[in-house]
Amino acid sequence: MSVNVSKRTFDAVIVGAGGAGLRAALQLSEAGLKTAVLSKVFPTRSHTVAAQGGVAASLGNSTEDHWHWHMYDTVKGSDWLGDQDAIEFMVRKANEVVIELEHYGMPFDRTDNGKIYQRPFGGHSMNYGKAPVMRSCAAADRTGHAMLHALYQRNVRANTQFFVEWMALDLLRDAGGNVLGVIALELETGEVSIFHTRATVFATGGAGRIFYSSTNAFTNTGDGLGMAARAGIPLEDLEFWQFHPTGVAGAGVLITEGVRGEGGMLRNADGERFMERYAPNLKDLASRDVVSRSMVTEINEGRGCGPDKDHVMLDITHLSPEVIMKRLPGIREISIRFAGVDPIKAPIPVVPTAHYQMGGIPTNYKGQVVAPKGDNPNTPVPGFYAAGECACASVHGANRLGTNSLLDLLVFGKSAGESVVEDFKTGNLALHPLPADAADQALARLARLESQREGNAVADVRLAMQRTMQKHAGVFRFNDLLKEGVTRILEVAESAKATYIKDKSKVWNTARQEALELDNQIEVAKAAMISAEARKESRGAHVRDDAPNTDEHPNGRDDQNWLKHTLWFSADNHLEYKPVNLKPMSDDVEPIALAKRTY
Amino acid sequence: MEANRGRARWRCRRSLLELDLVLARFLETGFEHLDDEQVADFEDLLRCDDYDLWAMINGGKACETGRWQEIVARLRQC
Repeated sequence: MSVNVSKRTFDAVIVGAGGAGLRAALQLSEAGLKTAVLSKVFPTRSHTVAAQGGVAASLGNSTEDHWHWHMYDTVKGSDWLGDQDAIEFMVRKANEVVIELEHYGMPFDRTDNGKIYQRPFGGHSMNYGKAPVMRSCAAADRTGHAMLHALYQRNVRANTQFFVEWMALDLLRDAGGNVLGVIALELETGEVSIFHTRATVFATGGAGRIFYSSTNAFTNTGDGLGMAARAGIPLEDLEFWQFHPTGVAGAGVLITEGVRGEGGMLRNADGERFMERYAPNLKDLASRDVVSRSMVTEINEGRGCGPDKDHVMLDITHLSPEVIMKRLPGIREISIRFAGVDPIKAPIPVVPTAHYQMGGIPTNYKGQVVAPKGDNPNTPVPGFYAAGECACASVHGANRLGTNSLLDLLVFGKSAGESVVEDFKTGNLALHPLPADAADQALARLARLESQREGNAVADVRLAMQRTMQKHAGVFRFNDLLKEGVTRILEVAESAKATYIKDKSKVWNTARQEALELDNQIEVAKAAMISAEARKESRGAHVRDDAPNTDEHPNGRDDQNWLKHTLWFSADNHLEYKPVNLKPMSDDVEPIALAKRTY
Repeated sequence: MEANRGRARWRCRRSLLELDLVLARFLETGFEHLDDEQVADFEDLLRCDDYDLWAMINGGKACETGRWQEIVARLRQC
C-alpha cells in the first residue's frame, strides 16, 4: 500500500475510549490540554459496556465499611501478588471517583434516603474477612454501560477531540526511549497519520480473545499490549487470566452463577453430578476457580461431553419450566441461540471461559508506564502512560475481585490523566523530534500485507492461536502441556508473519484490520504462554497440577521463590522478574502480611 | 457502495459478545444478499445502543421502526 503519512500534533494522545481512556481524557481536556482520543469503534461500543456488577468503594452507605478492609480484601484476592502501594492508592481514591461519577450524572441505584445503594459482591468483606460487606455501587445490571455514557457526555462537554474508527498501529519512540506518540490508520479513508505528542496514554483494554473460549467482545485484541511489546516495553504478569466456569461451549457467552444458585447442576458424560466429589459441601456453588478446575479435570480424564469430549453440561431440566421462564429468561434465550438447546428440555454445554486479564503494560500507581533501567525495575518511560485492563499497576495481582475492574479504570484513568497534567505543567514533557524512520515499522507491516500474494489465512492462524492457548494454558495447567504450548505458540507466531489477505482495498478493509489485530494478539499469547510455563508455582488464577496444596506450599503457592512479578520481552522472549511491593503507599496502614488464601 | 458495505461490516463490532456473534453469523449468511437500500437501513439499525439492539434481537423489545423490521427478523434467526 503506497501511503503518504500525514502528521498531527497534540499535547496528548489517548488510545482507547472505554472507561479508562474516557476518564483519562476528561482529566486532560478539563486541564486545557489539546487531546486526541483514538478509538477503533464508537466510544460507547467499548467493552466497558458489558460490565454488569458494579464499582467497589467503601462509602459505607449500606453497611459499615473502611478502606482498610477493602485493601485487605484486594491484597488477599490478588494472592499477595498485588502491589500494596497501588492497592492502597486505589481503595483510598474509590470514594472520590465514584462521587465524581455521580456528579457527572451516573444513575446509581439509591437507598431510601437518597444515597448510593451498595450491594454485596464475592470476595468483599468487612473487618478483614469476618462477614460480607455491601461495597458495590451499581446502576441496575448496566453499571459499565451507564458509566461509559456518563463519561462520554462529560468528554463532549469538555471538547475532547475524538478520532473515531481509527486504529493505532504502532507506538513511536526515539533512540533515547522517549515515547513520541502513535502512528494510526483511519478506516474510512485509509489515511495513515502520525500523532506526534508530548504524552501517550494507552487504554486499549484486555486481550481475552487470544483464548478459544472467551467472554470478551471481538474488539478485545490487546492492541496496546502488542504495540508496547513491539516497541520494547515488557509485559507484566500475563500468566494470570481469570476464567469464568460457565461460558457456553463454542460461543463463550456467560451463563451467570445465578443459574447454579437456582439449582443448576454440572454433569459429565456419564450424567454424574461430579461437583459432589470435588466439593462435597458447596457442590456446584463452590468458588469459581474450584468449579473451573473440576470441570477441566473431568474433561482431561475423558468424561467430557460431545463428540470431542470437550465440555460438560449445566443441567436445569429438573427445574419447572415456570421457574426457568420466570427467573432465567435471558439464560434460556442465550442457550437456545448459542448452544441450540432449550434448557427446559436439555442441559447446556459449558466450559471454563477466559474473562479478564490481570497482567498488562507495567505501570506505577500514577499511571506512568515503567520498565527496568539500570538497577531500577520501575523506571518511568518518558511520555508513556497506561490505565485499565491493558495496564498492570498491579492491583489485581494473581486474581481480580469482582467490581474492582471498574474501580481500576476510574482510579487509574484519572491518575494517568493527572500525571500527564502534572508532568506537562512541570515541564517534564517535551515534544521530542520525530526520527526520520518513525513510521517505518508500521508502514512495513502494512506493506507486507499489501504485497503478500499467498500465505496463511488470518482466521486459520487466529484459530490455531486460540486453540493452543485454550489447550496449553487454560484454567488448569500441566508442565508437559505448557512446555509443548511454548513450542506450539512460537510456531503459530511464525505463521502469523505470513498472513495473507485477498482484499487489498484501502478503505473499510476489515480483513486488513483483523490481520493487524492478530499481530497484537500474537504478542500477548506468546507473553502468556512463556510466562505461565516459567512460573513453577500455583498462585491465584495460575494453577499448576505439579504445584499442589501442601503444608509447605499452601494452595501450591511458593513465596520463597515466586513472590515476584514476571516481565516478558518480545524481542527475544526472555523473562525478567521484579519484586512485589509489599509496602503500602503511606504509614496509615500496616502491610497486609502474607497468609494462605482461604475463604 | 462497496465502501458502505465495508463500513457496515466494521460497525458490527459491538461492546457485547452476544451481538458480535449474532452479527457475525448475519455477515456470513444474510448480509451479501442485501441491496444497497437495505445496507443503508442495516447501518442505521447499527446506530442503536447495544442493549437496545440486543433486546430487539432476543425479542425482549419490539422493533418499532418499520424499515428495520425485516432485518431484525433475520437477525433473530441468526
